[in-house]
Parts: sequence; C-alpha cells; structure tokens
Amino acid sequence: MNNFNHYYDSEDTRRVVSIVVMNENSVLSRISGLFSARGYNIDSLTVAPIPESKYSRITIVTTGDRRIIDQIVKQLNKLIPVLRVNEHKDVIEKDTVLIKIPINQNLSDIDVLARAYNGSIQNVTVDCIVVSATDTPKRIANFIKVIQNYKPLEIVRSGVVAMER
Amino acid sequence: MKMTGAKMVVECLKNEGVEVVFGYPGGAIMHVYDEIYKQNSFQHILNRHEQASIHAADGFARSTGKVGTAIVTSGPGFTNAVTGLATAYMDSIPMVVISGQVPNQIIGTDGFQEIDAVGISRPCTKHNYLVQDIKDLPRVIKEAYHIAASGRPGPVHIDIPKDVTVNEGDFEYPKEVYLPTYKPTVKGNKKQIKKALEVIASAKRPLLYIGGGAILSDSCYDIREFAKYTGIPAVETLMARGALGHDNPLMFGMLGMHGEYAANMAAHETDVLVCLGARFDDRVTGRLDVFASNAKVIHVDIDPASIDKLVRPDFPIVGDLKSVLADLLENMKEYEFNDYSDWVNKLSAYQTKEPLRYVESEDIIKPQWVLERTGKILGRNAIVSTDVGQHQMWTAQFYPFSHPRQFITSGGLGTMGFGLPAALGVARGNKDKVSVNITGDGSILMNIQELLTCTEYGLPVINIILNNNYLGMVRQWQTLFYENRLSETDLSVQPDFTKLVESFGGKGYKVHTKEDFDIALKDAVASKKVCMIEVMVDRDENVIPMVPNGHALNEMTLLGDK
Repeated sequence: MNNFNHYYDSEDTRRVVSIVVMNENSVLSRISGLFSARGYNIDSLTVAPIPESKYSRITIVTTGDRRIIDQIVKQLNKLIPVLRVNEHKDVIEKDTVLIKIPINQNLSDIDVLARAYNGSIQNVTVDCIVVSATDTPKRIANFIKVIQNYKPLEIVRSGVVAMER
Repeated sequence: MKMTGAKMVVECLKNEGVEVVFGYPGGAIMHVYDEIYKQNSFQHILNRHEQASIHAADGFARSTGKVGTAIVTSGPGFTNAVTGLATAYMDSIPMVVISGQVPNQIIGTDGFQEIDAVGISRPCTKHNYLVQDIKDLPRVIKEAYHIAASGRPGPVHIDIPKDVTVNEGDFEYPKEVYLPTYKPTVKGNKKQIKKALEVIASAKRPLLYIGGGAILSDSCYDIREFAKYTGIPAVETLMARGALGHDNPLMFGMLGMHGEYAANMAAHETDVLVCLGARFDDRVTGRLDVFASNAKVIHVDIDPASIDKLVRPDFPIVGDLKSVLADLLENMKEYEFNDYSDWVNKLSAYQTKEPLRYVESEDIIKPQWVLERTGKILGRNAIVSTDVGQHQMWTAQFYPFSHPRQFITSGGLGTMGFGLPAALGVARGNKDKVSVNITGDGSILMNIQELLTCTEYGLPVINIILNNNYLGMVRQWQTLFYENRLSETDLSVQPDFTKLVESFGGKGYKVHTKEDFDIALKDAVASKKVCMIEVMVDRDENVIPMVPNGHALNEMTLLGDK
C-alpha cells in the first residue's frame, strides 16, 4: 500500500490556486478558515467580481507541504459556495506595486528603473512621487529590492492575479 | 401568502415532513416558539440543555436515517449546541440546527446574548447560514435540508436574527433546490469499478473494510450480498458495527486500536483492501506506514476529500456507496472470483486462537459480561447507544449487533455525555425497540439532566452504568503508559444513582450480582420508565486487545500479555 512517504516530497512547494465562488458575504472566511485551521499562511490573496456574473474570483498564493495543500484544495472544492478550484501549473502571474519616494531622490533614475519593470511615475506632489509597476511577482520583488536605494516611504503590493496560458 | 418569519420556519419544517424537533427556547427565538405553540404538525421535545437537544436530534437521525432537527436560542443557547454540532459533523450525521440571533440592527454591538454563531459553527458544520433578509428564509431552510441529507451528510446550521422572525414576508416554499455550486458525485466511475472487480477477483486475500458510510448510505444489505456471492471476508470499523451482522460467517469483527485479533491480522495480511465508506482513521489503522502494507487499496467514498487524505489508493472510486454497490452487484457475475476459503479459514483459525474474551471472576461482575448478557436478553430488539470510554469499546466488542443503525455512538469526536440524549432521540424515533444507553460512571453525569426529559415525554431509556469508580479509559492509559499515576481519574465520590434516577421520576437498580442484573434488566424493560441500572464492575479491567499508539495493527497487546 502507498502512503505519502513515497508519494510526496517533503519540500515545501509554492502553489497558485484560483477559486470561483458565489459572490456572498461569508465565502472568504470559509476559505481562509481552511488555511488557518491547518496553521497555513496565505502569502497573497486577491478577490474581485467576475464581470456580468454572480461569481467572484479569488486567487491565493500559498507555500507548504504538498499533501496538506492538496487536502486544502479538496476541502475548497467541497465548500457549498465554491463553483470550481483551479490549481495553476503553467500560468501568467501578475503583481502590482505602488511605491512612494521622497521628491529629493534622483527622479530620472527612478523613472528609468520603473520603466524597466513595466512601470511608470503615477503621481507627483511637492514632497514625494508615487511610482507603480505591474510585472511577475518575482520581478516585482526585485524591483522593490532595487528601489530600496531611493529611501521609499511606503510600499503597497496588490497580491497576485493569475491566468492559465 | 404573507406571514411572519417565525411562522415560515414552522411551515418549512412542516413541508420537510419533520415529525419531532428537539430544542430549548430563549429570548431571540421566542417568536418561533410562539408559532410552535400554535401548531400541531410536529412534536417539540424540551431537553434540559441545548447540547442534549442536538445529541437527541443526532440519535434520532442515526437510528431512523431521517434528518434530525433542533432549535436553540442565541448566545449561550447556541454555544451549548456547538459540541453537538461537532459530534454530528465528525460522524457525518444529517441534521438541521436553527438558532436565534439578536436582531440585525444589534448584530456587532455586543448585544445581550449575542455571539458570532456562524463564525463559531463554520468549521463544525457542513454548511451554515445567517439569514439577514426574510425573503431568503424559505430558500435557506429548503437548501439546508437538502445539503444535510445529500452527498456526504452533515449538520447544517441556520442562524436567524430576531427581526427576521418578527417581520412579515411572502411565503412560498420552493419546490426545488437551485445550487449550481453544489453537485455531489453519486455515480462511481464505471471503468474504475470494473477494474476494481478485476483486482478483487484475482486477489488471494481480499478484505472488505467497512466504515460508517455503509450505514449512512443504507448499503449494508448490498454489501452482505456482495460478500456472500464472492466469499470475501469483512471487518467493520466502530461506526459500521451491525453492517454485516454478528452471526455472519464472513464477518471477523471490528478492527483498530481495540479491534479483534482476527480483524487486525486480516487487515495486516490482506493483499487487496476494499475500503467501503471508511476513512483510514488513526484509531483504525494504527501505525499508518505499515497498515495493510502488502495490499492494493480500493477506496470507495462519496467525499473526494476522504480519498488521498491519509492513504493513496490504487483504485479510488468517488461515488455514493449505494450506487457503487449496485454497479458492483450488477457486474460481479461477469468475473471469475478466486476461491478465498483458505484465507477465510486462516482468519477463522485466528479467531479460534484469540477470540474476544475476558477472565471471569467469582467475586465481581466483569463489564464485558454485562454486554454479553444484555445482548442475550435484548439482542436485536434493542438499539444500543453509548457514551465514550471503556464501556463504549466493550459494547462495540461484545454486544451482538445484527443490523445497521443498531449501534449509536460518537466515534469521530468521542463526546462524553452523548449517550443519554442520543438514546432519548432513539427512543422517540423507534417506539417498537428498546433504547439502551450503555454508559460509564464518568460519562453519565455529563448530561444527567436528560433523565427528566425522558420522564416528561415517556421515553423509556434504559441506562446501564458500568460503574468502576474510575474514568476508566484514561485510567487504563495511566496504568499502561504513565506508570500508574492516576491523575484525576478516581471517581470514588459518587451520587446515589438509584435515588438520583428516582428523583427524576425513573427507576433505579444497584446491581452486585449476575442474578440481580437479569432481574433488573427484565424489570426495567417492563417498567416503561427511564431506568438506571448501576452495575458494580471490576475496577481494574482493561480494554483488550489494544494496539498502543504508534504501533502496527499486528502488535496488539492481548489477554495474558504483560
């Protein structure tokens, strides 16, 4: 008989799960409860209604033991308001970041950097500028690392949205 | 038709064919109780604690196969009900529990008797609802009964704010349920079923491993037919006791931590394990990595999440056991099954070598004897509920269960205090049977107030207390694994159970000898009252066989082992 020692590697894996749910008030807590009950953290979570339907799409990124995530996915499927769950393997992932930087930093440098990450300067006030960029989560993480040189005041990330290729 | 939300609740229950509701009134649910007062279509049974209401609805559901119904109020009424919900959830019992809630305008203000009920019940129900608008009420109740009974059954909780029960709305009970996101798989994959038959047919030592799903799906008689035709031996889990019947020559008893030697050896040696509505619980498998280590596994379950959860089957079949069994029975004649008589004989030899047994004593009654004797006297005429602990295991081992839904026990959650209220629900649902509650001196006190409910409604539950003045199962573990440090398990200080039950309007018997027991049991059955037979049993008796935690099933401690 097979048990999971043979089947699963013990290494943690990163999983992107997208869930189509009825657009009703208790759904999110039903979903997050399945993670928290197992001591699992949600790395990123985005929710938005699907246009012209009564459904919403939730995209969750999580990291952990494959066996437990498999079980969470099955339990997600069982929730009454869940229409379907897709585990993405080959996907386009996008993440957006907004960064506020003091105006006294080198603006042309920042502009060039932002462009390199498919972004641009969004807003300018007397004290600071706001740049935004939308790219893969990995590149966004990189952008944030690089931008540290310009003493950012505030960084806001959107979380991941994903679509199968 | 215009009516109040409270009246709608009553009308909905009427439409669902509810015959009995267990419950307890309170502030937030008073409008519903006012309508219950005015109606005549179902009985309301007033328990003396909300937990007992849920267990009673649970016992009613387990023994009859119908959906149980309970109503409680907000706040403490609901929180008292939570243990009942969790008990039903762990054993997949179909049930609808309606709770009152503070009015919508008060929700979130820490109002009197306000608690986030749906927040609490979410992880211990199959589904739950907070009905904020009266126009949703009929639909929600309709859905609740559908969800509770379909797929893998389970409890559904409906929280209704008081203003929703007071306000008026249009009532029309929906004829159908529209749930596009809820479609449980019923039919098993035909190809996979045929593959399974092929594997079973060519096996040398196949074994049917039957779980509670067999009882819930009413497929026990189909399994009996399948076993009889193929000659494959079977073992049952705690939740499946009675599935095959004690006198079935192919039934080798319960497996697991306190399973029979033959059953555990069968699971250890089988080469094709056919799991029918069981879920590889830790109390069943022992050390998982060596459980049925040489076997191919066929796993039939209605819940896809049960499959691959602990064991990765070679042939998973998702579907209603009843439907899968129908397919198996329909197709089995096309297969040439091996002759399994050598295998069955081997298991019989195991059974002869190490039968379930205990050492009799001249001086004191052995608890196992009480079960054997009760079984002899009442046999198939009784439905046997239990609490949780040693007495529960002895009942599972020694009572001769002959049909499904005859054994009512809290398996998954292991809820002490379950037995008496559950037996009360059993008595209400099965007036032609004797409702017996086997209990211990620890468990019985956890819902003792229900003696009064039994008296009030004429529900003649016979409680048999196996009194060893200990919290026996914990004491057994302390003896075996904690060097006999009996921390807080000595229950020497006890009420006078005979006087206690008499003060509740029942009959009590204190039994020291075997002769007394026979007389007491027969008198209790004839009395038609709630009864308490307190049997003073051997204090130091352990439940044997035992597979210690973390050991393989074949590493049982047997009688005579030290």
